[in-house]
Amino acid sequence: MTVVIAITAGVLFATGTYLLLQKLLSRIIVGLGLIAHAANLVLLGSGGAPGRPPIVEAGQTGPFSDPLEQALVLTAIVITFGVTAFLLALAYRSWQEHGTDEVEDDVEDRRIARLGFRRREES
Amino acid sequence: MTTVATLALAIPLFGAAFSLIALRNLLAQRIVSIAASVGLVAVSGYLLFAVDADGAVAVAVGGWEAPFGIALVADRLAVLLLFTAAVALLAVLVYAVSQRSTDEELRGFHSVYQMLATGVALSLLTGDLFTLFVAFEIMLTASYVLLTYRAGGEQTRATISYVVIGLVASALLLTTIALIYAVAGTVNIADLTTRLDAVPAGLRSGLGWMLFLVFGIKAAIFPLFFWLPDSYPVAATPVTALFAGLLTKIGVYAIVRTQTLLFPSDGPVTFMLVIAGLTMVVGVLGAIAQKDIKRILSFHIVSQIGYMIMGLGFFTVAGVAAAIVFIVHQIIVKASLFLVGGLVETSEGTGAIDEVNGVAKRSPLIAALFLLAAFSLAGFPPLSGFVGKLALVQAGFLAERWVVVGVSLFASLLTLFSMSKIWSGVFWGEPAEAPKERPARGMTAATAALVLVTLIVALAGEPLVAYAERAASDLLEPGVYRTLVIGAAP
Repeated sequence: MTVVIAITAGVLFATGTYLLLQKLLSRIIVGLGLIAHAANLVLLGSGGAPGRPPIVEAGQTGPFSDPLEQALVLTAIVITFGVTAFLLALAYRSWQEHGTDEVEDDVEDRRIARLGFRRREES
Repeated sequence: MTTVATLALAIPLFGAAFSLIALRNLLAQRIVSIAASVGLVAVSGYLLFAVDADGAVAVAVGGWEAPFGIALVADRLAVLLLFTAAVALLAVLVYAVSQRSTDEELRGFHSVYQMLATGVALSLLTGDLFTLFVAFEIMLTASYVLLTYRAGGEQTRATISYVVIGLVASALLLTTIALIYAVAGTVNIADLTTRLDAVPAGLRSGLGWMLFLVFGIKAAIFPLFFWLPDSYPVAATPVTALFAGLLTKIGVYAIVRTQTLLFPSDGPVTFMLVIAGLTMVVGVLGAIAQKDIKRILSFHIVSQIGYMIMGLGFFTVAGVAAAIVFIVHQIIVKASLFLVGGLVETSEGTGAIDEVNGVAKRSPLIAALFLLAAFSLAGFPPLSGFVGKLALVQAGFLAERWVVVGVSLFASLLTLFSMSKIWSGVFWGEPAEAPKERPARGMTAATAALVLVTLIVALAGEPLVAYAERAASDLLEPGVYRTLVIGAAP
C-alpha cells in the first residue's frame, strides 16, 4: 500500500512540476495544487501502513494507525486550501488588469533581451 | 516565566484580533496595534534578561508533555532574536502609522501586521518542526497580503511570483518534515536530536540538506534568491523594510536552529562556505548593477545573508555566535536603511539614483541617517556591522578558512562601493526642484530611533557577543536542548 502512495505522490510531483513551468497562470495554480497534494500524501504515508483505525476502542487489540500524521495532514490541507484561494483571487486580479492569463517575463530578463536586440541592430 | 513566554505569542495574536474588531475605527486600531508592539518589546526584553539569568524555559502547550505535545522553547537564541525583531516591528509600525495611508489601515493593515508578528514570534519560539511549518505559513500568508495591498500593473506580477515561490517552498518543507517523521517518528526538535542518531548517516545528511534547501529558499541564499529583488521593492516602504529586516532572517534562524541541533558537524562544512561566498559576491554584484535605492538594498539583503551562512558553516561556537550577532545587526540595519530609502522617496518622489540629487543639502538629517546605516552595513568601526564582521572574521581565522574570509572582506569593499554610489547619486549635488512632500515627523523619528538602535548594538558589542556565544554553545553542546525540553537523555 505504501508503495502505491509513494508512486502516486511521485506522479503528482512530476505533473505538478511540469505544470508549474508553464506560462499560463491557471496552469501554474493547478500545478501548485498537485504539488501540495503530493506533499500531503507523503505526510500521510509517513505514518506507516494505512487502512487501520487511528482511534483504539476499549478492548481492541491489534495494530492501529498513527493518528498524529493524520492530524498534521489535516492542518496542512487547510493551510494549502487557504493560500490557494488567495492565489486564485490574485490571479483573477491580474487577469482583470492585463486581460491575459499569461505570466510576463522577468523585468531584468526583458531589459537584457532588449539590449541584445539593440546590439544586433547596430552591428 | 512560562506564562511570559506564552505572552510573547498571545500579545500579537490578540492585537490582531482586537484591531480586526476595531476595523472601522482608525484611532482604536492604531492604539491596539502600537500597544501590542510595545507589549511584545517589553515581554521579549524581560525574557532576554530572565532567560540569560535563570536559564531557558520550555512550555508544554496545553499541558501535553514533550515530545507528545507542542513545545515552545525560549532559549537564548530565540529570545535574543525575538527582542530584536520586536524592536524592528515597533519602529516600522510607528513609521507606517505616521505615513499618511489611512485607507490601507482601514482595510485591515494592523491586524495583518500583528499576524505577521505572531508568525515571527511563533517561528522563533517553537520547538517542533511541524509548528515551525505552521508559523512560516502564518508569517508568509500575512506577508502575501501586505505585499498585495498596493498591487496593480507591474506589482501584481511580482507578488504572484513571490506567492508561487512561497507555496513551492512550503510544499517542499512539508515533504521534508514528512520524510523526517517517517524515519524518526517524531517532529519534536529536542526528541529528534537523539532519535536521528539511529538513522543511517547518508539518509540523515540527505534530510539535512533538504531542510537547508527549503529554508535556503526562504532565506534567499545563492542560487535560490532570484525572487527577492523582484518582489520586495514593489511594496510600500514600511512593508519592504519589515520584510527586509525580518523574513529572510527568520529563514536563516531556521537554518541555524536545524543544522546545529539536528545535523551537527564536527568541522567546517565546505559546501556551506562555498554557498556563503557565492551568496555574498553575487548579491553585491547584483546591487552594483542597479539604479534604484530599494533595488540596490534588496540585492544587499541577499549579499548579507551570505555572511550569516558563513558563520554557521564554520560550525564552531565562535562562528555560530558571530552569525547570531550578524543576524541581530542585520535585522536592525536593513530595516533602517529601507526606511531611509522611503524617506528619500517621500521627499523626492522617486528612488531612482539618476533622478534625485542634493538630498544632503536639503535634508541633512536624512543624509546623516543614511550615512550611519550605510557605514554600519559596510562594517565601519564603531558601528554594529563592524562588531558582526569582526566576530565573523575572527571565527574564520580560528577555523583556518582563509579563502572565504578573504571573499567576505572583498564583498564588504564592494558593499561600500555600492553604498557610495547611492551617496554620490542621491545625496550630493544641487537639489533640482522643490521637495515633493515633507516626510511626516513620526517617519523621521522612527527611522532615527532605529538607527540609534544600531549605535546601541555597536556600543553593547561585547556583552552582545558574549550573549551570542552562550546561545551558540547551547546549540552546539549536545544534549543541552534536549535536557531543557524533555529531560535528561536515557
